[in-house]
Amino acid sequence: MGSLNIENVKKAFGPVEVLKGIDLEVNDGEFVVFVGPSGCGKSTLLRVIAGLEDSTSGRVVIDGDDVSVTPPAKRGIAMVFQTYALYPHLTVKNNMGLGLKQAGTPSAEIERRIKIASAMLSLEPYLERRPAELSGGQRQRVAIGRAVVREPKLFLFDEPLSNLDAALRVNTRLEIAQLHRRLKATMIYVTHDQVEAMTLADKIVVLNAGRIEQIGSPMELYNAPANEFVAGFIGSPKMNFIDGAKLGETAKTVGVRPEHLTVDAKSGAWKGTVVHAEHLGADTNLYLDCEKAGLLTVRIFGVYNAEPGATLYATPDPAKTYRFGADGRVLK
Amino acid sequence: MSTATHSLPRAIGAHAVLLTYTVIALFPVILVIMNSFKSRAGIFGAPLTPPTPKTFDLIGYTTVFGQGDFLHYFQNSLVVTVASLFFVLLFGAMAAFALSEYRFRGNTMMGLYLALGIMIPIRLGTVAILQLMVASGLVNTLTALILVYTAQGLPLAIFILSEFMKQVSDDLKNAGRIDGLSEYTIFFRLVLPLVRPSMATVAVFTMIPIWNDLWFPLILAPSEETKTVTLGAQLFLGQFVTNWNAILAALSLAILPVLILYVIFSRQLIRGITSGAVK
Repeated sequence: MGSLNIENVKKAFGPVEVLKGIDLEVNDGEFVVFVGPSGCGKSTLLRVIAGLEDSTSGRVVIDGDDVSVTPPAKRGIAMVFQTYALYPHLTVKNNMGLGLKQAGTPSAEIERRIKIASAMLSLEPYLERRPAELSGGQRQRVAIGRAVVREPKLFLFDEPLSNLDAALRVNTRLEIAQLHRRLKATMIYVTHDQVEAMTLADKIVVLNAGRIEQIGSPMELYNAPANEFVAGFIGSPKMNFIDGAKLGETAKTVGVRPEHLTVDAKSGAWKGTVVHAEHLGADTNLYLDCEKAGLLTVRIFGVYNAEPGATLYATPDPAKTYRFGADGRVLK
Repeated sequence: MSTATHSLPRAIGAHAVLLTYTVIALFPVILVIMNSFKSRAGIFGAPLTPPTPKTFDLIGYTTVFGQGDFLHYFQNSLVVTVASLFFVLLFGAMAAFALSEYRFRGNTMMGLYLALGIMIPIRLGTVAILQLMVASGLVNTLTALILVYTAQGLPLAIFILSEFMKQVSDDLKNAGRIDGLSEYTIFFRLVLPLVRPSMATVAVFTMIPIWNDLWFPLILAPSEETKTVTLGAQLFLGQFVTNWNAILAALSLAILPVLILYVIFSRQLIRGITSGAVK
């Protein structure tokens, strides 16, 4: 129903190169998440796919058709925006139906699709309301509904949860995941939140400074990051990076995730002092200032009592320690 | 009683200042209206007193409606003002949309060029404008006035509106594009309603100078057929004798239409002025 191929897409605004040659293949029915720090080009890439920005060079192919110069409305896509972008003067129903009306769909068909979509997103009680009379979560559901009724080849989500509060964010995330399962549609989702990326994606694309750093399933990225950037970006709290020279290693940098460090009061690899402890109930984050390794974050599952100033020894799990070369790439 | 946010002396002080200003601002207007209802002797005898049964006289109004074709002058003024306003808002909004929405070569230069008119008064070009109107046969037509006023109003309109257009959410316009709306539909249906308060602001600032203008009607359209109210009132200003009753009555009448238009726009206007400051 919807595959996407991006071939060597570049985008420059004047002298500033935002996308430096992106190649990507998305299969039918996949949920792909673009993730990266702000300014990495992920939103620009989404806009190029949508046709809201022209690429400077390269090709965008949707379902085998080169759409590089096709206007957005003719690409068979639907987009959900961060700020909802509902038409303020139209009711929920007309908001959802406008795209189809523009495309000349018969009104009976529009009615039918709105009925299905509003049932799916439990929007039936609000169909006659205007966006101003809805809460943030409802507005975003309308925006998603507007995308669903178009039955697009490709769903595009541009940070759809960023404007919602924490509780709603979890709910809406769940709804998007269920929607994907039910529609089996191809979805492309942009976020800077790695939790959203890990929980929703079949495939994550990590972008940095206009380049793809790595493409893989969430667990691939977590277990086998290709380089220092991906290792640091995926996982929370962030991976500890230790100067290899201090540890007497040949690698430039040694990385170990906070959850792969164990602590002991008596003995261990790196002796350190507790600087700060965060007690979250389900787990405890300790910040250790180690003589050899510098400041380390340690994540311990469950409750662990440690006062600042106490001396502890941290030991890394050797099987889950990563070594990076001078170019940042992982050393085999 | 004093609270944290209200203190009586301060409230009195603030109101005193505001009331004084109101009185100063309204004084000339009230004086004109008051005297328009008085006889000639009443105006000169006691100009600052309101009309009494003895001095009350409608001679000014009867002269205005009797002599000269004042209804026709009103109509001319209204046609010129409303038509100019329409074109200023339409073209100003369109240009502002183009400048704020599209990236094209020379965008900034174009914006500066269009804003130049704010700094250079259009009256400097009067001779050239007159030659142009003579050459195109538009002298003594309302079209001439509408064209000149449209040109006069555009720079400020574009300047103010493009600032407001920049604040309209990009996502909304993009959602329209994905739904297949044309750029014109996006402009008229999505963007214009959202900048309505700023349009009202521009409308008021554009309307008042046009309604009150004497210069261009006198030069470009002084014929009986095309006289505006301000020019028509000159009829009663003579070199030796001035019919004050008629002039005051004509001016009082001339206030009305602007007042009505202002009331229509004012609700929007207040929102326009405060919209950036108060979310």
